Amino acid sequence: MQTVTSPALSPIFGRFTIESLPLHEPIVVGTFAMVAFGGVVLLAVITKFKLWGYLWTEWFTSVDHKKIGIMYMILGIVMLLRGFSDAIMMRLQQAMAFGGSEGYLNAHHYDQVFTAHGVIMIFFVAMPIVTGLMNYIVPLQIGARDVSFPFLNNFSFWMTAGGAVIIMMSLFVGEFAQTGWLAMPPLSGIAASPGVGVDYYIWALQVAGVGTLLSGVNLIATIVKMRAPGMTMMKMPVFCWTALCTNVLIVAAFPVLTAVLALLSLDRYVDTAFFTNTLGGNPMMYVNLIWIWGHPEVYILILPMFGVFSEVVSTFSGKRLFGYTSMIYATLVITILAYLVWLHHFFTMGSGASVNSFFGITTMIISIPTGAKIFNWLFTMYRGRVRFELPMMWAIAFMITFTLGGMTGVLLAVPPADFVLHNSLFLVAHFHNVIIGGVLFGAFAAINYWWPKAFGFKLDTVWGKRSFWLWVSGFYFAFMPLYVLGLMGVTRRLRTFDDPSFQIWFIIAGFGALLIALGIAAMLIQFAVSIRDREKLRDVTGDPWNGRTLEWATSSPPPDYNFAFTPVVHDNDAWADMKLRGYERPVTGYRDIHMPSNTGAGVILAGLSVGIGVGMIWYVWWLVAVSFFALVAVAIGHSFNYARDFHIPAATVTVTEEKRTAALAGAAL
Amino acid sequence: MSQPAAYTIDDFHLAEEPHHPEGSSTMLGFWIYLMSDCLIFAMLFATYGVLGTSYAGGPTPRELFDLPLVAVNTAMLLFSSITYGFAMLAMVDGKKGATQAWLLVTAVFGLAFLGIELYEFNHLIHEGAGPWTSAFLSSFFTLVGTHGLHVTFGIVWLVTLVVQVQKRGLIPANRRRLMCLSLFWHFLDVIWIGVFTFVYLMGMLR
Repeated sequence: MQTVTSPALSPIFGRFTIESLPLHEPIVVGTFAMVAFGGVVLLAVITKFKLWGYLWTEWFTSVDHKKIGIMYMILGIVMLLRGFSDAIMMRLQQAMAFGGSEGYLNAHHYDQVFTAHGVIMIFFVAMPIVTGLMNYIVPLQIGARDVSFPFLNNFSFWMTAGGAVIIMMSLFVGEFAQTGWLAMPPLSGIAASPGVGVDYYIWALQVAGVGTLLSGVNLIATIVKMRAPGMTMMKMPVFCWTALCTNVLIVAAFPVLTAVLALLSLDRYVDTAFFTNTLGGNPMMYVNLIWIWGHPEVYILILPMFGVFSEVVSTFSGKRLFGYTSMIYATLVITILAYLVWLHHFFTMGSGASVNSFFGITTMIISIPTGAKIFNWLFTMYRGRVRFELPMMWAIAFMITFTLGGMTGVLLAVPPADFVLHNSLFLVAHFHNVIIGGVLFGAFAAINYWWPKAFGFKLDTVWGKRSFWLWVSGFYFAFMPLYVLGLMGVTRRLRTFDDPSFQIWFIIAGFGALLIALGIAAMLIQFAVSIRDREKLRDVTGDPWNGRTLEWATSSPPPDYNFAFTPVVHDNDAWADMKLRGYERPVTGYRDIHMPSNTGAGVILAGLSVGIGVGMIWYVWWLVAVSFFALVAVAIGHSFNYARDFHIPAATVTVTEEKRTAALAGAAL
Repeated sequence: MSQPAAYTIDDFHLAEEPHHPEGSSTMLGFWIYLMSDCLIFAMLFATYGVLGTSYAGGPTPRELFDLPLVAVNTAMLLFSSITYGFAMLAMVDGKKGATQAWLLVTAVFGLAFLGIELYEFNHLIHEGAGPWTSAFLSSFFTLVGTHGLHVTFGIVWLVTLVVQVQKRGLIPANRRRLMCLSLFWHFLDVIWIGVFTFVYLMGMLR
């Protein structure tokens, strides 16, 4: 076996040398200086205010699904800033690099930027936000105290965070992949990409993938096993249904990603011949396998958002959701079809007319259940008393934008059209149209909708509306030109252009990206302003929107145990039903509540997994061995801890609930 | 959840805490995990299906496989499944010592299986048929090796459980863990039957 050893492999540092640091890239050095400064300030503030103990005991080691959900959301929003920085760098480069200009990014750097942008936005922005929402909302909506496996939940979060740490490391130590976000071989093979970039990619995704898979298992078990009495499957809130389908997709798709990345690693580390051009390997098999994961992945992201919009539209129309049953069946049909369309990503592979027709038709069929959903939301609004609060505004922006994106998707599903548009900016515009218009708008609707539940005060509407209009108009300015450019034949991932007639479109797109930047800034200001004015925005009822589902039945923020008494459900809008029938909150008779205990094992195990990943990336074999054996030892050691739960005494519950009784009485005055 | 307490249409909450049997989701959760593991094997089988005849001018299955040796190996794994079954029967009867004894017998068979597999791999590599020789051998070593890694993990887990049963006895938590490992162990058997059939037996027909 011939190991790929670059000049000298140090037994201590592996292939890391001082040249691995990108000191010759002024942009990276500048970024590093800023990030380092920010990081030092953050650490200093935490130390000064002695917050380490609080963070460790109340957050990092917490097994409370609500805190884990919030940590996922924070991770997603922080990574959004990184992913968006990559985006705006690309827009600037493409708007500049005309008429012989090389722009300001060299090819080596630019290729890393577009790869990192895709990887970060999907795996470390969209996925944490989706998982965080499901974590926070699902147990509350089904009237449970926590998820089925609370420790596993904490571990899953830290694995996702570990993956994010690895990918952020690549910015300052070594380099990231220059392959595009799916790292297709033979480009990602060891011959074409001998550096650490692809290895960073592989190990970031493998570490985070473990977390995603386990959280999928966890949430399925939670939804199937932990529902409140009376909540049959067809009385479950739509968000829980979409979460269930998403987690089924996660469990059925992520193992494929794990396997295909493992095979790519074997090709890179031990010279196997899976995806090579030699020795009988087959690169197109990688393309097939990765899209067998990749297509379900986009439904993993969008389905929970369909759930969010269902909750939002029904709440702000003051009506029961139109067509609940058809909504559920549409979700299930999309779940199944998600597995039958992967080949539409590479019609140009040349599978022949019959194969392409099959996948073209299955792809087009997906628009039917999706269209049914759009009509269900519209009919819910019809004759409703619609309140145009921020979540509802995002929902309407979604319906318009997503329909447009869906239509260009159907266009791309026609194989002959795809042969023209494959790999073009038309495609780039299409998937940003559905991911921004669907997933991100959904995330913003959800954040505005459930923020009062999580923190006990509403978000500021002035800055919220500014952010809304900047984001929505920015999106259209940024991506409509890309449709035009795609139809003009411009392919994706180009660094420089010759034809000057393209430039104006790239400048418009750059202007759109600028508007989006302001939208993001407005959103951060919205959070800051709302936290500052929290007393003014305070909601003590726990039900600020006149909600319909169980999460609004408890206080905001909910107590550790969620509900003092396990709710009994008679209707699919359980809380609306309770309010309608004059439900009165019990104020006596509290019992001891059984809860899971916090543990630091998740943080430690994920930290050791990062150690394995970093060791593998830099060929630091001792680090791999040490981290691996420590991981096994900690995992076994943790299994010897049988005392994983405790009881919240009835007296404590009484104190908490009496505070709420007093607050509610104060609000009623 | 089973309906723990009777409630009427006018009840909106349970007066008493519902009785959640400890670990009531564990078997379901573990089974779902196993299905995801099954998908990893499905991918590896599919890969073998695509690349299994890409010999790249190198050796073919018929030249490499030693069927009697693999038959012995298969027997080791099947015996280990039977003895795991005996361990579970002893567990149901509450016989701690017998449970541990059968578990250790299972571990011995598992180790025998691994030993034979490592011998086979070593032999193939020394014959110049390592995983880097051709796409066929890459996919062969990966499929069989992944199964072997699972067996290794299973043995580590098994030994851990023997110690935990020693320390705490056959308490419900340990019984649940033994049930999970039982699912895992039999699952590996099923996978191996697939490997034996599709890789070894059908390989000899090529």
